[in-house]
Amino acid sequence: MAITEPPKILTSRLAFEDSHRLERYLATGGYQGLRKALAMTPEQVAAEVDAASLLGRGGAGFPAGRKWSMLRKGPIPYLVVNGDESEPATFKDHVLVERDPHQLVEGVVIAAYALQVARAFIYLRGEFALGLERVQGALNEAYAHGALGRDIFGSGFSLDIVVHPGAGAYICGEETALLESLEGKRGFPRIKPPYFPAAIGLYGEPTVVNNVETMSNLPWIISNGAAAFTALGEGRSTGTRLFALAGHVRNPGVYELEMVKTTFRDLIYAPVLGGGILHGRELKALIPGGVSAPWLGPEHLDVPLGQDEVAACDTMLGSGSIVAMDDHTCVVRAAWRITHFFWRESCGQCTPCREGGGWLEKILRRIEGGAGREEDLDLLMDACDNIAPGVSWPPQQTTICVLGPSIPSSIASAIRMFRDEFLLHVKEGACPHG
Amino acid sequence: MSHLSEDVLARARELVGLYPHPRSALIPICHLAQEQDGWLRPEAITEIADMVGLTPAEVLGTASFYDMLHTEPVGRYLVSICTNIACMLRGAYDLLEHAEQRLGVRPGGTTEDGLFTLEDAECLADCGRAPCLQVNHRYFGNVTPEAFDQVIDDLTAGRLDSEVPTHGTLIRVRREGGLRVDGQQIAEERAAMAERRAEAAGGGGGGA
Ligand SMILES: Cc1cc2nc3c(=O)[nH]c(=O)nc-3n(C[C@H](O)[C@H](O)[C@H](O)COP(=O)(O)O)c2cc1C
Ligand code: SF4
Ligand code: FES
Repeated sequence: MAITEPPKILTSRLAFEDSHRLERYLATGGYQGLRKALAMTPEQVAAEVDAASLLGRGGAGFPAGRKWSMLRKGPIPYLVVNGDESEPATFKDHVLVERDPHQLVEGVVIAAYALQVARAFIYLRGEFALGLERVQGALNEAYAHGALGRDIFGSGFSLDIVVHPGAGAYICGEETALLESLEGKRGFPRIKPPYFPAAIGLYGEPTVVNNVETMSNLPWIISNGAAAFTALGEGRSTGTRLFALAGHVRNPGVYELEMVKTTFRDLIYAPVLGGGILHGRELKALIPGGVSAPWLGPEHLDVPLGQDEVAACDTMLGSGSIVAMDDHTCVVRAAWRITHFFWRESCGQCTPCREGGGWLEKILRRIEGGAGREEDLDLLMDACDNIAPGVSWPPQQTTICVLGPSIPSSIASAIRMFRDEFLLHVKEGACPHG
Repeated sequence: MSHLSEDVLARARELVGLYPHPRSALIPICHLAQEQDGWLRPEAITEIADMVGLTPAEVLGTASFYDMLHTEPVGRYLVSICTNIACMLRGAYDLLEHAEQRLGVRPGGTTEDGLFTLEDAECLADCGRAPCLQVNHRYFGNVTPEAFDQVIDDLTAGRLDSEVPTHGTLIRVRREGGLRVDGQQIAEERAAMAERRAEAAGGGGGGA
């Protein structure tokens, strides 16, 4: 496929050194979307977002407009922005938060107006020290500019935004855990239903939670209209998306691409994008959508980067991150490291996740270290089956949140795709890759 | 006299005022306490508990859930090396091993001079510059063993003081402007909303 050159919706200012400052923002069309929104009714703004078919960019891909309309029947006290970004290999919100914080703030004010909330919180992972400074700096400038605070741009609408730091816990990206954390508690996911914090959210009140990238799309959508947004992409996957490419590629980084119009092959091999596999090696496997997603092989390179297109391969576009692994990669080690992560980050509330994760980690470590046994492969699959019966995709839910059932994804993928390599580890007690 | 400094206390009180419920300020205030002490000293925990209306045990129990909140002393510089998948594929474990040798400590350990604590970290969301690390949560990307040594030398010599401040992720965050939250006003806002919600549910045919 040819790589299209869509308008830059999210990354238009990144070439500027001072992309995070108000002056630059105003000189490049900043806060025009908000001015336009304030001249519309909240219902019209919400309808525009709904018409844009903006799919949530946090991982689950639920349409933002639909989420909002489920709630707009009664007053909504809170809007919470999810900037916890801790899914391994995902690093696109990091860029938005540090490099274009005003775009995020403008998006939040637009959403707050559409939802008529008076208070919004931006939850950023605590490790984003610079991001916290940049977002607070943007808020300070926005207050002084009249784009935030009392009577925004003379519209009568008032809003306060508080930036809130996390403190190092992957699970706090799960929206109900995030709300617990924002309430000053341990990040324990809440029991569902309700499936959206919508109904019973922050302090037990209706709350909308949306991702940083989701919010950052709003200024452009309102400025240019939903039709311009849906003109990009295909089907349900409209607009552009930030893809975070990492691993064994020449040019890792964050790329804004039109949805569905680009394939994994384009992203990894195009000279203007990934530039191919490092050292001229071959691609062995790739992980789409964050480490919770099942892996794909070179035979999937021509799959377009769209939500439904990737879902059709029994995996997910998820958080928009892609990890390329070359033919020298030890897949046992890769699966072990991902499992090690889940085990370390399990909040411990559910037995399958807490105990199962630990077992799987131990068995994989044993195989990787050359002390594996023949029956270990079956044992792995058995344990996986206990955590997510059938080990299918999407996984069956046996736990409070989907962290637990995500653990089998990488293990089942690695065994399915590279069984021989696992057996070699077991039989020879060694790794073919040294 | 209080253990937390006047400056920290003033900022902590301001934080409490930003939220409808004081407990929400717990984690941000813990970050402020670490700015002062590097870790959460028991004296600080007691004062934080007072400010947010909890017992010290509740504060400790919450704080211990979070990797960034330290219930034991750490060195002046916390060196967090990411070893998660994207960094691992680009040599993070070699870097970690190099760091262990250079600093003479294992992950979790602190050098004898109290300068460095080494940490084996999960993904830091900077995977495009793998392998990467943070020092007091300031990023360094594409870190080779040589670059690592340089960072350690520079930190030791005080050459990175402006890039790498001491502890506390909020150390350079100051809020200016904004609506101040007044408890009375929030209570009224909430009551009015609850009323409107009840009306919407009653009058609107139970749609929501
Ligand atoms: C274990 C786990 C971790 C998650 N981490 C994040 C995260 O770091 N950032 C994020 O936006 N969403 C994350 N999510 C998804 C959120 O629960 C939620 O769906 C999302 O914030 C909604 O925003 P969106 O609709 O705009 O995508 C995570 C979900 C799970 C189960
Ligand atoms: S699945 Fe794991 S992380 Fe999620 S609530 Fe249960 S124990 Fe916690
Ligand atoms: S895997 Fe190391 S920063 Fe993401």
